[in-house]
Amino acid sequence: MAAILTVDDSASIRQAIKIALSGAGHQVTEANDGSDGLAKAGSGGFSLIITDLNMPVMDGLTMIRQLRTRPALAGVPILFLTTESDAEVKAQAKAAGATGWINKPFDPDQLVRIVTKVLAA
Amino acid sequence: MIGGDPTATFRLEAQDLLVQIEEGLLDLSRRPGDRSLIDAVFRGLHTLKGSGAMFGFDALAAFTHHCESAFDKVRKGQAEASADLIAAVLAAQDHMRALAEGREASDAVGQALLERLHQAVEGGGGEPAEPAAPAAPAKSAWIVRFRLPPSALVNGARPLALLDELRELGECTVTALTDGVPPLADLVPTECHLAWEVRLKTEQPRSAIEDVFIFLIDDMTLSIEPELQADAQPQLAAEPAVEAKAEAPPPLAEAKAARVAETVRVPAERLDELMDRVGELVIAQSRLKQIATASTELNLRAVSEEIERLAAELRDTMLVVRMVPISQMFGRFRRLIHDLGRETGKAIEFVTEGESTELDKTVIERLADPLVHLIRNAADHGLEAPEDRVAAGKPETGRITLAARQAGGDVIITISDDGRGVNRARVRAKAEEAGLVAPGATLTDADLLQFIFHPGFSTAKAITSLSGRGVGMDVVKRTIESLRGSIEMTSEADRGSQIALRIPLTLAIIDGLLVRVAGDRYVIPLAAVEECVELSVEQDLRSTGRSLLTLRDRLVPFIRLRELFNTGTPPDPHQKVVVVSTGAERVGLVVDQILGDHQTVIKSLSAFHADVETFSGATILGDGGVALILDMAHLVAAGQHRDAQMRAAG
Repeated sequence: MAAILTVDDSASIRQAIKIALSGAGHQVTEANDGSDGLAKAGSGGFSLIITDLNMPVMDGLTMIRQLRTRPALAGVPILFLTTESDAEVKAQAKAAGATGWINKPFDPDQLVRIVTKVLAA
Repeated sequence: MIGGDPTATFRLEAQDLLVQIEEGLLDLSRRPGDRSLIDAVFRGLHTLKGSGAMFGFDALAAFTHHCESAFDKVRKGQAEASADLIAAVLAAQDHMRALAEGREASDAVGQALLERLHQAVEGGGGEPAEPAAPAAPAKSAWIVRFRLPPSALVNGARPLALLDELRELGECTVTALTDGVPPLADLVPTECHLAWEVRLKTEQPRSAIEDVFIFLIDDMTLSIEPELQADAQPQLAAEPAVEAKAEAPPPLAEAKAARVAETVRVPAERLDELMDRVGELVIAQSRLKQIATASTELNLRAVSEEIERLAAELRDTMLVVRMVPISQMFGRFRRLIHDLGRETGKAIEFVTEGESTELDKTVIERLADPLVHLIRNAADHGLEAPEDRVAAGKPETGRITLAARQAGGDVIITISDDGRGVNRARVRAKAEEAGLVAPGATLTDADLLQFIFHPGFSTAKAITSLSGRGVGMDVVKRTIESLRGSIEMTSEADRGSQIALRIPLTLAIIDGLLVRVAGDRYVIPLAAVEECVELSVEQDLRSTGRSLLTLRDRLVPFIRLRELFNTGTPPDPHQKVVVVSTGAERVGLVVDQILGDHQTVIKSLSAFHADVETFSGATILGDGGVALILDMAHLVAAGQHRDAQMRAAG
C-alpha cells in the first residue's frame, strides 16, 4: 500500500524489515548505506523512510540532513533505528529532521504498528 | 533474498562483521589513533550488537555491548586504543564468533574476557575515563514527572529505557505512581497505566532532561521542576558541539557502493553442484564428439563443434567463479602473527605480497592449516629473540613474508623469514640419531633439508606451546601433496629460510595423460609427466630384479603397473615408460599403451574407498567408461621406497 525505503548496512535487519512490512502489504525498497539511500530516495515517491544511523560510506544523520534539503521529501516521515538510549543521538537525529525512532531489537508486529501509526498521521 | 531466513542472513553477516572488526583492529595496532579505523571497528561492533539482539542472539549482543562501549570511549577520546585494548578485543573475537554460530560458549571465558577488556580500558587511558569537565558545574536537583499514553507500550516506547537515560544524567530516585492503574477487571495488560516521579540530581541543563523525552513529548504529560531546596539554579549551557562530527562522504564512496551492490552471495554447495553438472556436461559432450566424428552427418558435426566450444567456455567460466583471492586467507594470518608476537615476545613484521592471486576455494580451505603451521614455525624456530638479532647486527624486528604468485597452471606460495636459518649440523645430528642416515655419509644440502619433512622429525631443543612437537612438517608435506602440489625448502645460515609451495590452481579439472594397462585405462596428471620413453625388450629383461632405467645417465626406478595391479595377462610387446616426478624425485611407470591427453573432470572416490592410496579419484571417459586417476605422490614415494629396499638388499 505504501512505498517504504529502508536504509541499513545490516542485510539481516533489512530482510527482517522487508519481511515484516511486505507482509503488511507495503512495498519495501532496500538501500545499504546513506549514499545508496540518497540515490534510491531520488526526488520522492516514498511515503516513509526507515534508516539506521551507524553506517559506512555515509551515516544516517548525514543522509537525513541531505534528504530534508529536497523539497519533494520535506513532509516524508523518517524513522531511525537505534540501540542506544543515548539522548544525544536522539537529539542529533531530531535536529537533522528525523520524525521518530524505533528501538532495536524490535518485534515485527510492533514495527508494523509503528509504521501504520506514522503513515496515518 | 526475500522470504529467506533473516537469522541465516545474520549468521553470514556476523562472520563478515567479525572479519571486518578483526582487520580494523589489526590495522589499528599499526596505525593507532586512526579515526576512520576506530569508527569502522565501532560500527562493526555496533551492528553486530544491534542485529544480534534483533535475531535472538542475546548472549552475543550482551557480550558485544561491552566491546562496543569500550570502543565508544575510544571514539569519544575518553580512552586510548592501546595495544592491550586491541589484544583484549581480538581475544574476545573467538568468543563472539562462537556465540554468533550458536555454539556452546562458556560463561567463565566470557567473564574473563570482559574482565580483561575492562582492565584494558581503565588502564589504557591513564586518566579516569570521564572527560575532564572544564569546571565542574554545580549539581541541581529536579523533580521529573511523566505519564505515558496507554498506547505507548504498543507503539514501541520503553519506559525502562527512559529511566535508564535519566539515570545516566545523574543520581536518580524513582517512584512509580500507581494512581492511574484501573481495577484488575478493567486492566488491559498491554496498556501503560503507570506514571513515574524521578528525583534527579544532575550537572546537566534542563534541556538534557527534555531530550530524554524528545520523541514522546507530544503524546505524554511531562513536568520538569527544579526541586525547591536546590542549591543552584539550572545552568543553561550551550549544546555540546557534536555537529562537527558529520563529515562529508569520502570520494570513493560512490564507486565502492556500486561494487558492493554487484556482488551476489551463493552458498558454496551450490557452486559445487554446478561444478558437478559442468563436469557431466563435459563428459556428455565428449561422447557426442565421438559419435559426431564417426558420423557423415555434417550438421551433427557442426552442432557438436559448437557444443564443444560452449562446454569449454562454460568450464573455464566455472573455474573462474570458484576462484577466490588468497587475501581472504592472508587476513587470518595477520591475526596469527599478532598473537605469535605476543606469545613469543618477538617483534614480528608481517609482509604479504600478491594478495590478489586467486585460487580455487577448496584449495584455499585446505591450505589454511599447513600455512598456519609454516608461519608458526617461522615465528618460533626461524626468527631469533630480539636481543640475539641485535647481537647479530640485524634489525630488532623480524620479518615474515607471505607471498603468492601465479605461474602457469600453478600458484606458488612462499613463506620466508629473515631469521637464523636451518642449523644443518643439528638436522644432521638428529637424522643420524634417528637412524635416517649413516654417520658421516655424504649428503647434498637439498637431501639434508628434506629430513625436515620426515615424520617425527623436530630439531627444537625445547617443546614450546607453538610448535616443535615433531608433528607437522610431514603432515604439511602430505597435505600439499594431496593437493597435487609440492613443497621445497631453501635456507641460508643467518639470512633466513624460505619454503615454497607449488599448488595447482584448481582441484576439479586436470589435464591428464590417458594410458592403458591391460584392459583398463588410467589417467596420469599431465603436470607430473616429464617424458615418455619406450621400454625396450632388452631393458625389460635386464631389469627384472631391481627395476631401474638409465635415462640420460641417471638411474630412474620404475614400477610395472601390470604387477602393481595384478593384471595376470602378458604385456604388450612395446611397453612404454611414463616418467613422472614430484619435486626432485622421479619414477617411471610402465604402461601398455599411451592413449593421449584427456581433460579430466575429477570425481572423488566414495568414502568406502578412502583408504585406497594408489588412486586419487576417477573420471568418466567420452565413451562412458571409467578411468582411475593415479596418485602421483603415493606412486613416486612407493617407487623410491622399493628402490631403497632393493638397494639395501643388495
